[in-house]
Amino acid sequence: MLKSVYNWIDERLDITPMWRDVADHEVPEHVNPAHHFSAFVYCFGGLTFFITVIQILSGMFLTMYFVPDIINAYKSVDYLQHKVAFGVIVRGMHHWGASLVIVMMFLHTLRVFFTGSYKAPREMNWIVGMLIFFVMLGLGFTGYLLPWDNKAYYATKVGIQIAASVPYAGEYIAIFLQGGDIVGAQTLTRFFALHVFFLPGALLALLGAHFFMIRKQGISGPL
Amino acid sequence: MREEHNQEAQESGQLPKKSRREMSRRQFLSYTLGGTGAFMVGVPLIFNLRFAVDPLLQKKQGTDYVKVAKVEEISEVPQAFKFTVHQVDGWYESEPTMEAWISSDQEGNIFALSPVCKHLGCTVNWNGSGDYPEQYFCPCHGAHYTKDGEALAIAPAPLDQYEVKVENGWVYLGAIHANERV
Repeated sequence: MLKSVYNWIDERLDITPMWRDVADHEVPEHVNPAHHFSAFVYCFGGLTFFITVIQILSGMFLTMYFVPDIINAYKSVDYLQHKVAFGVIVRGMHHWGASLVIVMMFLHTLRVFFTGSYKAPREMNWIVGMLIFFVMLGLGFTGYLLPWDNKAYYATKVGIQIAASVPYAGEYIAIFLQGGDIVGAQTLTRFFALHVFFLPGALLALLGAHFFMIRKQGISGPL
Repeated sequence: MREEHNQEAQESGQLPKKSRREMSRRQFLSYTLGGTGAFMVGVPLIFNLRFAVDPLLQKKQGTDYVKVAKVEEISEVPQAFKFTVHQVDGWYESEPTMEAWISSDQEGNIFALSPVCKHLGCTVNWNGSGDYPEQYFCPCHGAHYTKDGEALAIAPAPLDQYEVKVENGWVYLGAIHANERV
């Protein structure tokens, strides 16, 4: 059944070469943990992506209950965590995944650094990786405010004060991030928009570039 | 995708014929990798999906009876009574105002009709139109109903009824259900 559906589509669109192209690629011996166990350090990039997928999925489901509004944000988070089935697990995935994705990304960066994989011709991929790093930090910063509890509020106040210390532009950056003069209703909607639309959009585009380049250039050689 | 890869490889005869049904290396790998992948995607998804369909599986909360009117106030002519119910909507609790047209029939049985038109949900009024005296009339598309709520035009069903309870000289209203008088 599945095969005949696949064949029907394949006859018309010739999709086999497309996924073959994606799926068939060299995995050199020096990055394969089955050959050298120490090669597990090459897994951190993939693990970062895996956790990112979990973040996107669990985040999509969390927005089914979450309200980005100062009256209801805390109440809706409290409701989805304590009253909805598996709410603890879904929010837990997003909460712990947020930290884990930073950890994995950091380990991936260390591996790339110490294997010298950032060197020519892969400098552009390092730059894109750094941009991904900053987008991830942005996602962490904006997501932290959304539960609208004391921790979230003061973390954002501190974060915005740090941003405000930028010479000359600081004041404007702070007002832009706050959407006003205080951390309040407009900050929350703003951070929500950044957290679920703008930053994930940027992240997916950058990830696309990251993966395209690694596929085009291949994995860097052994040490 | 992996499965297709596999089947295709078998068909094109890349694999040597074996008398025993041995598993090829490629088949083994696609099953183990596919299984691991499915597990890693499936487990998080199960939690997420159960989380998403929770409203479907939550127990319906029963409607409490609300004290609405004194029995002496009720006549054979329908009158509109407003009352509030306690509503829990996720994290939001409120006291929305409801309305009921309460009247008694010739035997003195008190009954209450919902003012929500069964055509498209506008609000009906008793004697709402001069063209249809002694009837409920909906201003939106001209649906009209008898005193018992029976639909005479446009609406596909009679007006819904409230659960009615009379206690100590007071009329209490409960849940809304389909009309049982017509």
